[in-house]
Amino acid sequence: MRPVTHNTKVKLVEAPQGFTGEGFFTTKLSEVVGLARSNSIWPLPFATSCCGIEFMATMAAHYDLARFGSERLGFSPRQCDLLMVMGTISKKMAPVLRQVYLQMAEPRWVLAVGACASSGGIFDTYSVLQGIDQVIPVDVYVPGCPPRPEAILDGFMRIQDLVKQESIRRRTDDQYKELLNSYGIQ
Amino acid sequence: MTNDDILQKLQAKFGQTIQHIEEPYGMLTFEAPKEDNLKILSFLKDDPSLQFTYLNDLTVVHYPEQIGKELCVVYLLQNIYTKTRIRFKTYTDIITPEVYTATSLYATANWLEREAYDFFGVQFIGHPNLIRIMNVEEMDYHPLRKEFPLEDQTRSDKDDDMFGR
Repeated sequence: MRPVTHNTKVKLVEAPQGFTGEGFFTTKLSEVVGLARSNSIWPLPFATSCCGIEFMATMAAHYDLARFGSERLGFSPRQCDLLMVMGTISKKMAPVLRQVYLQMAEPRWVLAVGACASSGGIFDTYSVLQGIDQVIPVDVYVPGCPPRPEAILDGFMRIQDLVKQESIRRRTDDQYKELLNSYGIQ
Repeated sequence: MTNDDILQKLQAKFGQTIQHIEEPYGMLTFEAPKEDNLKILSFLKDDPSLQFTYLNDLTVVHYPEQIGKELCVVYLLQNIYTKTRIRFKTYTDIITPEVYTATSLYATANWLEREAYDFFGVQFIGHPNLIRIMNVEEMDYHPLRKEFPLEDQTRSDKDDDMFGR
C-alpha cells in the first residue's frame, strides 16, 4: 500500500440547473458565466496589518484558498477580480486604495476583512479611515479583529455566492452606475 | 563630559537666559527663550568641547493651561563622541507659534520640523519646505493640539454613550 493516502473525496462543482437531452445541455448564460467566474476568482490582496497575517495563513497550505479556485493571487490590479482589503486603512492610504480599485477591470468585487477595513475598528482617530466603504463600494464585510482564516474563507465563499448569482447585465445597469457615481467613480 | 561642565559652558556664554535646569534620570534639561534657540543650538553644535552634532529628535508638547507658553518645542541633542545627551526646551505662545528653524544647523530638522508643524502648527521661520508630512494634505487643523478631539468626527454609526465620548 502506498504511504500517501490520496484524497478520494474530491468534490466537483455542481452543474447549473438546465435541460438535458441526448447530446446537449441547455442552461442560462448568466449561470454558466457565474459558475466560471466564481470558481476562478483572482484575488488581489491589499494587506496592511494583522489581518494580512491571517490572510497569509488562509492562503497557505493549512487553510488553502486554492481549494476555492483562487490558486492564483494577482499582484496587479489590472489582472484581478476581487480586491481583498485586510487591515487598517489610514486616510493617507485611502486615495491609494481607491486608485487600486479604479485600476481593476469590471467585473470587480471588494471584500473588507476585519474590523478596521469594515469600520475603522478600534482606531477611532483623526488619521484613520472609518471603513473603506467611505471611498469604494464593498460587497462583503468579514468581522473580527483579526478574523480567523475560517472567517476569511467564509467571506470569500459569500463573494463566490454573489459572483454566482450576479446577472451578466448588472455592471451596465443604472443601479450599479448610480452606486459608482455615489462614490464619484466615472 | 559631565552635565555640570555643559551647564557651566552654557551659563558662561548665555548667563541668565538658561533657566529651569533639571536632571531627570540624569539627563541635563534646560529652558531658554525662543529668540535665542539658534544661538544656543549653534553654540552646542559648533563649540569644540561640546560637539552636540546630532539632533536625536525634535518634539512639541501642548500645555493649554500655560497661557503665553502653550507650545513647548523640545530639542533632543546628542554628542556622538561621548554619547552624552541633553534636552533643550523652548516655549512659544499659541497665537503666533513662530520659532526659528534649525534646518541650517541640522539637516534632520527639516522633516522633524515638518512633523511638528503638521501635528502642532508650529511655524518654523525660514524652513525651506514647511508642509504636512504625515497627515493628508487636505487636513485643515493640527490634530495633536489639545482642543481637538482624538476621535474621528466624520463617524456617524457610533453611539456616544457606549464609546465614552
